[in-house]
Amino acid sequence: MNEFVETLLDLPWQNQDTPNHTYDVVIIGGGGHGLATAYYLATRHGITNVCVLDSSYIGSGNSGRNTTIIRSNYGIPETVAFYQESLSMYEGLEDETGCWVMHATRGQLWMAHSTSSARTEQTRVLMNNACGAPSEYLSPAEIKKIVPQIDLTGGGRYPVVGSSYLHGGATARHDRVVWAYAQGALRKGAHIFQNTPVTGLLRDGERVTGVTTAGGPISAGVVLCAVGGNVSTVSGWADVRLPIRTHTLQAFVTNAYAQEFAPIVSSNDLVFYVSQTARGQMLLGAEYDRQASYQRGTSFAYLQSVSAKAVALFPFMAKLRILRSWAGICDISTDFSPIMGYTNAPGFLLSTGWGTWGFKAIPAAGSQLAKLIADEVVPDLIKPFALDRFAREVSMADPSSAGTR
Amino acid sequence: MLWVTCPNCGSRPFEEFRYGSVFPVTPDVISDADQRNVDYAWMQDNIEGPTLERWFHESGCRRWFTARRDTRTDEWLDV
Repeated sequence: MNEFVETLLDLPWQNQDTPNHTYDVVIIGGGGHGLATAYYLATRHGITNVCVLDSSYIGSGNSGRNTTIIRSNYGIPETVAFYQESLSMYEGLEDETGCWVMHATRGQLWMAHSTSSARTEQTRVLMNNACGAPSEYLSPAEIKKIVPQIDLTGGGRYPVVGSSYLHGGATARHDRVVWAYAQGALRKGAHIFQNTPVTGLLRDGERVTGVTTAGGPISAGVVLCAVGGNVSTVSGWADVRLPIRTHTLQAFVTNAYAQEFAPIVSSNDLVFYVSQTARGQMLLGAEYDRQASYQRGTSFAYLQSVSAKAVALFPFMAKLRILRSWAGICDISTDFSPIMGYTNAPGFLLSTGWGTWGFKAIPAAGSQLAKLIADEVVPDLIKPFALDRFAREVSMADPSSAGTR
Repeated sequence: MLWVTCPNCGSRPFEEFRYGSVFPVTPDVISDADQRNVDYAWMQDNIEGPTLERWFHESGCRRWFTARRDTRTDEWLDV
């Protein structure tokens, strides 16, 4: 046994097979976001009469399918502040939970291959420093020092003209983050039921008063929908319309590369990113599939196009082989920013629109939503991400920072 | 998903096509004119199942066509 083949941390499951009939808070979705909210409700606000329901096993959705990158170099002040809070919380997560989540600060390079994208990256550096996310703009020679494997001519087609560098860019083991939060929540007395799909919502007029499952209804003071992928269906039960379209996002790993590849590297123009996993494999991802889909299929065309981009910048990768590929289904919001908090249905809260940027936000979103549920006041940090911003015509548009176009 | 039947060109590889959009439908229950505008501008049906969409045969005949596709399975129902 090693850290990769072991299954779960010691999870002290509740001593009952079926949920109670009533809870203070019911959370739909046992991924990182749902479990983190349950964890912070229990640890920071003393609310432990909480039940998390997952249709499959915990972390089986996008929490188990992402590329584990933690960064905060976004393009508008509100998002930089939010993701920087999350990045800082990740740095302290092992101390707080007592679980080793394999967190490693590695730095993130965001390459520019043209004058216009160099300007984008220079702006990003200025913006990020002003908003509390320390970063700097690097010349090609400085990039080469950080990542010696790079071909600065980009195969003759994509010359590297510069890069922004986020010092705090990090990775963590996604499953372990999910298990750490689950363990902490269970220890405090929260309930987590796996293989318990929610089939509908209990309504009292506009108000959502609970959920229905195959085992019967569960009433709740507050229902939080922290679902990935099927959020439009769940919200539809509460007559909440969402600015969300669900797309497939693919990723893949190669076999192990025996040398160190320290940073996370993204490319502004090529739209792909690569990092090395703790096992030594190169982990690659790029854009989400253009067409809306609930299918978790991968395609040869995607592997081919991302490989071509990767090899242009990193010729050594031509000798690697693709080991496995997978896909998750991402809820892409119309303005590429998350949606958190109250909806037009009283008693029904949302944590969605996590598109391709959800893993990095888990600690901040979970703690802020727990604060919202406990205090019944929207915390300042997530106020800009309310669903009603669209009705107010306030868009948090930040597509260029999503790393996925 | 790998092959798409274009109404003009017949069966062609998927990569030749570009996704346009779904047909936006604002539910009749939203009666307020402002709210209908907000819904039209931002909201999505995001249907899980058969969806009516516009597709563009970018690397072929360069014509738009309407297709019905099941978003659960990526199966083309009728083109």
